[in-house]
Amino acid sequence: MKREEVAEIVNKFLVDEIEIEESLLKEDALLKEDLGIDSLDFVDIVVIVERNFGFKIKPEEMKDVKTLAQFYDYIMTKVK
Amino acid sequence: MIKRRRVVITGIGIYSCLGKNIDEVAKSLYEGKSGIGIDPMRIEYGYRSPLTGIVERPVLKGLLDRRMRVCLAEEGEYAYMATAEALKNSGIDMDYLTDNEVGILFGNDSSAKAVIESHTTALQTKDTTLMGSGAIFQSMNSTVTMNLSTIFKLRGINMTISAACASGSHAIGLGMMFIRDGLQDMIICGGAQETNYLSMGSFDGLGAFSVRVDEPTKASRPFDRDRDGLVPSGGGAAVILEEYEHAVKRGAHIIAEVAGYGFSSNGANISQPSDVGSIVAMERALKDAGVSVEDIDYINAHATSTLQGDTFEAMALDKLFSPCHTPISSTKSMTGHECWMAGAAEIVYSTLMMRNSFMAPNINFENPDEYSQNLNIITQTTEKKIDAYLSNSFGFGGTNSALVIKKI
Repeated sequence: MKREEVAEIVNKFLVDEIEIEESLLKEDALLKEDLGIDSLDFVDIVVIVERNFGFKIKPEEMKDVKTLAQFYDYIMTKVK
Repeated sequence: MIKRRRVVITGIGIYSCLGKNIDEVAKSLYEGKSGIGIDPMRIEYGYRSPLTGIVERPVLKGLLDRRMRVCLAEEGEYAYMATAEALKNSGIDMDYLTDNEVGILFGNDSSAKAVIESHTTALQTKDTTLMGSGAIFQSMNSTVTMNLSTIFKLRGINMTISAACASGSHAIGLGMMFIRDGLQDMIICGGAQETNYLSMGSFDGLGAFSVRVDEPTKASRPFDRDRDGLVPSGGGAAVILEEYEHAVKRGAHIIAEVAGYGFSSNGANISQPSDVGSIVAMERALKDAGVSVEDIDYINAHATSTLQGDTFEAMALDKLFSPCHTPISSTKSMTGHECWMAGAAEIVYSTLMMRNSFMAPNINFENPDEYSQNLNIITQTTEKKIDAYLSNSFGFGGTNSALVIKKI
């Protein structure tokens, strides 16, 4: 899967299911501060990622994932 | 002697199988329209009876943000719709709720769908995270009050009353006591009931539900000789209770007064009702309201369309009201049994009748039995002024609640 495809899927569920404003979805956007993703939203993102990409996010692997770009990259490491 | 604080209703809201707001529901009540139908999922699931009140899920996208919607169970959605209408009806907006201490007491006694769906997810995935973020907030009994207090920014008393099929009635009675005792000036009270097929299977298993599948609208027939059980139903009902002087000062439209609350417990069988226990609750409510049986113009009976329940209530009503020939109807003949919500819904229904000067019929009452033949059960819509009414609610475990509402 190419990075652009991952980004497209992630952006789609962030808009459709987490209901984040599309204009906020920039690569350097901070997940918490800029996109407003809180700990409860993150639980739902784990569920959606499992459904879309077929793997379970491990919270400890997300420690250094702060931006949307880093989130795409993290998913890339799992789907390759 | 200290002057007792009076408690009034300044707003009502309803979302039920009779309609999605007070105007639709008032029309259905007046027309004697049934809200009962068939749920195909119940047939597939193995129910003995697929009959249920048909309540459409409200569309909340655009009304509530995602976090609020994710945490709200089905019964919470109904309760939200009813509460939003009741607040609007009472002239209360978000600014008022932010600036004043308002409480919430709702009757609710299950949130089965969220519990069962979470369990199913765990069985299939062996991973509790995949239950999602809303499951815990949807699955607790207090789901309605925990969600609505967040949505409406409430800062007063905040809890759920679980008392089986008397939950909604007790919630209003207890709300009245909190205000009367000076602890609160305004409380949103009500009841909520889920209608999904996952929530009523075990009740169906008792054989308590009507199987008159060929005639759904005739299935719920309280007090009728040929009844064969109740029809489950649900939705949300809300009333805004307020201290009288507080309502006057605010310039609120006062709809009615919650004049008396009576309660009792039978101390006996878990599923069998009692005429003695229900009489205690009714007498307490009348005494609390300072009225006698002659002052009651209309009785909204609990009568669910089960032989045992209807019989014991008929005996109790006959003992108390036989000299007065008081008009009686069970609106469950149209709604089915709205269970945890019923007591609050029937206050909304009866208050609509009081406001519009009519008594809704006990539809499907065609032939009395030896007990109901002694009662003045009205089978046609009756145009008549109601100055005071009594509303009964009884539940499993022998919990009884009675409310007296007066015109003001």
